Amino acid sequence: MGSRRYLLRKIVQAIGTLVFVLTFNFFLFRVMPSDPVQLLARSQRLSRADVAELQSNLGLDKPMIEQYVVYMGNTVTGEFGVGLQSAVPVTELIGSRLWPTILLVGTATFFSTAFGILIGIKGGWRRGSTFDTSSLMGSLVLYSMPEGWLGMILLIVFAGTLGWFPAGGYSSGGDLTGFAHITDVLNHLFLPMLTLTLGYIGEYAIFMRSSLLEVKEEDFILTARAKGLRDKSVRRYHAVPNALLPTFTLVFYSLGFVLGGSIIVETVYSWPGLGQLTYQAIQELDYPLIQGIFLLFSSAVIFFNLLADLLYGHIDPRIREA
Amino acid sequence: MTMTPTAPPQQPPPPEPIPPIKIKGQRSIAWTRRKLALKRFWAVYRRNAMGMAGLIILVIIVVLALIAPLIVDPTDLDPALAQGIPFSPPSTEHFLGTDNFGRDVFAMVIFGARISLLVGLAATLVTMVIGAGVGIYGGYYGGRIDSVLNAFTNWFLVIPWIALAIVLTSLLGPSLFNIIMVIGITSWAGTARLVRAQALSVRERPYVERSNALGASNWHMITRHILPNVFPVIFANTVLTVALSILSETTLALLGLGDPNSISWGTIINESFEAGALSAGYWWWLIPPGIAIVLVTLSFTMCGFALDEVMNPRLRKR
Repeated sequence: MGSRRYLLRKIVQAIGTLVFVLTFNFFLFRVMPSDPVQLLARSQRLSRADVAELQSNLGLDKPMIEQYVVYMGNTVTGEFGVGLQSAVPVTELIGSRLWPTILLVGTATFFSTAFGILIGIKGGWRRGSTFDTSSLMGSLVLYSMPEGWLGMILLIVFAGTLGWFPAGGYSSGGDLTGFAHITDVLNHLFLPMLTLTLGYIGEYAIFMRSSLLEVKEEDFILTARAKGLRDKSVRRYHAVPNALLPTFTLVFYSLGFVLGGSIIVETVYSWPGLGQLTYQAIQELDYPLIQGIFLLFSSAVIFFNLLADLLYGHIDPRIREA
Repeated sequence: MTMTPTAPPQQPPPPEPIPPIKIKGQRSIAWTRRKLALKRFWAVYRRNAMGMAGLIILVIIVVLALIAPLIVDPTDLDPALAQGIPFSPPSTEHFLGTDNFGRDVFAMVIFGARISLLVGLAATLVTMVIGAGVGIYGGYYGGRIDSVLNAFTNWFLVIPWIALAIVLTSLLGPSLFNIIMVIGITSWAGTARLVRAQALSVRERPYVERSNALGASNWHMITRHILPNVFPVIFANTVLTVALSILSETTLALLGLGDPNSISWGTIINESFEAGALSAGYWWWLIPPGIAIVLVTLSFTMCGFALDEVMNPRLRKR
């Protein structure tokens, strides 16, 4: 069974990557120019006794191997230490911010993918048409735009000058419940989501377009036309499904970039998600928190890559043979 | 970022009248061949509207960056020496207004081009050296080294660059040199994969085998056969990487991880954001550096797409 071996190989690869990330993280904070305690001392005032105490608390006086085993054990059990600024466990800090980010990144990914693919299909199928040229140019401009800056411009225009949307936050607070609460959150969600959507729509449109252009040259398209199928059917049943395959993977692979974009967009819109937390952690040099976020982002991306590989192998059996 | 530019119907290059070649030796033959190849390449490239538009914008920006001190007074950039009134909107005296120190925003944007281009180009160089090194080494030598390098490449492909870049920059400290290295270290993996695939395929070609049979050294094989064949494949990728590197620098700067001692477009935006440009409406401080980033990234991207169309008409099978 080729497919079971494929499945197993991909899972083993993902675990390998995860172990690499964990090990990398471990050594990064120990082998780098300064050790963790000095890093803490950089962001806080510490006396010499404090440093010694911290060193033994963090287990830095033990042999490297032992430290590594303890670190791996802690990571597996979700023990990331305590945030420097708030003295709240990192896991808790991250947990409380998870949902807004999932909401924002999820909706933005959905809309940018959906519209990007539609634009790519429309342009690629009528290559050189006015729509194609203008959408390609628009996609390139959006692709070249830093999301954070785009977010600031949209904020000034739509929240500041026009006043159509709230300038930031997750909700207006107060005691809205049920439907009113949902519309309130959606109202706050709109601008940051629009920013992230616009930031990635160009990439998906360009990718879908070139993928479709490639498929159009395939023999089976010629065959479909020779059978006498209408143009629309050729596109819908033969070209688009095949062109979708690589785009599908790109959506999963881009997750890391979308997460990166969400850091600044969330900060601009004071959206209380992981991105804003990351920004604060950077400003305050809160290393345990930065480490925790690094691990979370990496594992999320590794997981979604694995998912993409597995789904892709399922949709396109040719991949499993490779 | 994975992006495959599109393939146009490849027009055959126009029939070139072959100039009489005066052969003066081996070197001369090679140079004549290269000059001809360059001419042919230019003949195809200049007919690509997108590529030419990108190139023209790019040349203008590079020239502006080079002659920056002739256009604006560098003392305008020093917070202690700046003459303007802080936060003043555009006027005849300050074409794009001033920032919180009374510095001229126009002068900052013009000088910012230097840092942004420097970071973009230098980070790309780092990316290419690591990527091409790892790719060629693995692809050419194969075996166990290749498996290890390949696994390493795959790891770096998956780790989200932003997370790694944040960790590294905040650990090392945000100097210009560190930022360049961090961007290079976080973005070489895609190039390595591309180069490895090409090196693997070139290695199997008959003339390489012949060269090997004639006793060519590894160094000769790599520099004379593998590299020249890898180059066309990664050239377009290199130009696209410059665009990505400039965007990466901007992202880091917007996160507050820009070099505090130099003015790049990203740090200008970050400073205006930190100074409350959004609520106070200092649009003249926020908008110009962003437009500059879009222009330079767009021009590199357009050139990269055009180069890909010109150089690799068949290589888009991915």
